[in-house]
Amino acid sequence: MVTYGDASLGLLGDPTRRAIFELLARRPSSVGELAEQLPVSRPAVSQHLRALKDGGLVVSQTEGTRHVYRLNPDGVTALRAYLDRIWDEALAAFHKAAEAAATDSEEHS
Amino acid sequence: MSTSTIPALHGTTTVGLPVERAFRYFTESFGAWWPADYHIGQADMADAVMEPRVGGRWYERGVDGSECDWGRVLAWEPPHRLVVTWQINGEWQFDPDPAHASEIEVRFTADGPDQTTVDLEHRNLDRLVNGRAIADTIGQGGGWSSVLETFAKAAADAADAA
Repeated sequence: MVTYGDASLGLLGDPTRRAIFELLARRPSSVGELAEQLPVSRPAVSQHLRALKDGGLVVSQTEGTRHVYRLNPDGVTALRAYLDRIWDEALAAFHKAAEAAATDSEEHS
Repeated sequence: MSTSTIPALHGTTTVGLPVERAFRYFTESFGAWWPADYHIGQADMADAVMEPRVGGRWYERGVDGSECDWGRVLAWEPPHRLVVTWQINGEWQFDPDPAHASEIEVRFTADGPDQTTVDLEHRNLDRLVNGRAIADTIGQGGGWSSVLETFAKAAADAADAA
């Protein structure tokens, strides 16, 4: 089990939200452009974008009549969230491998 | 947000090993448990190594034999404490400048004869960030996108395994 004290970092734990984050890393996009590339509705995309924006991972700007979303250009929050995902997965992998090692040694002793 | 105040990251896990073995497994078998998708070399990762001494290297070895540094060992206190630097920048490259080195401290605490809690802190993240370079990377979709592709693959594999 892996636990974190900082719940706001869980933002990229949701697969759809992570997919949106990854698409925005490639290029700034509107809600409609994101929805076209994802198996979810526009309202669902909007909801995820709001969560990412509240968490500081993305920012929006108005271009003419449309809102365009992009990763937070200071990079700091996004980098931190990304590193957090790495440690989440790494510690889970360590846990799993160490448990297997413990079981092996019990069987062999 | 000021880049000098990025909060440290924390993670913890508990394993069914005595503290000495948990420390040894974490370090000696680093390449065996580290998720192989998280690496920076051009070649696929064959192994990742943490040299067991202060000043030791922490690096990956590719399937083609090439080596890429990740950081250095700052503290080596088996079986309870370990500090290494993480010098991989926002462009997913090793940065040899010690002023740009973030730090990872790992503590091993015995909960009982056969159980150990592992606490990890990744701190000094502000040193990793040379803000402009990261903003450019994100803007151009360069190194950051490569990282995300690696990440997406790892996430997909994890989902498949689940």
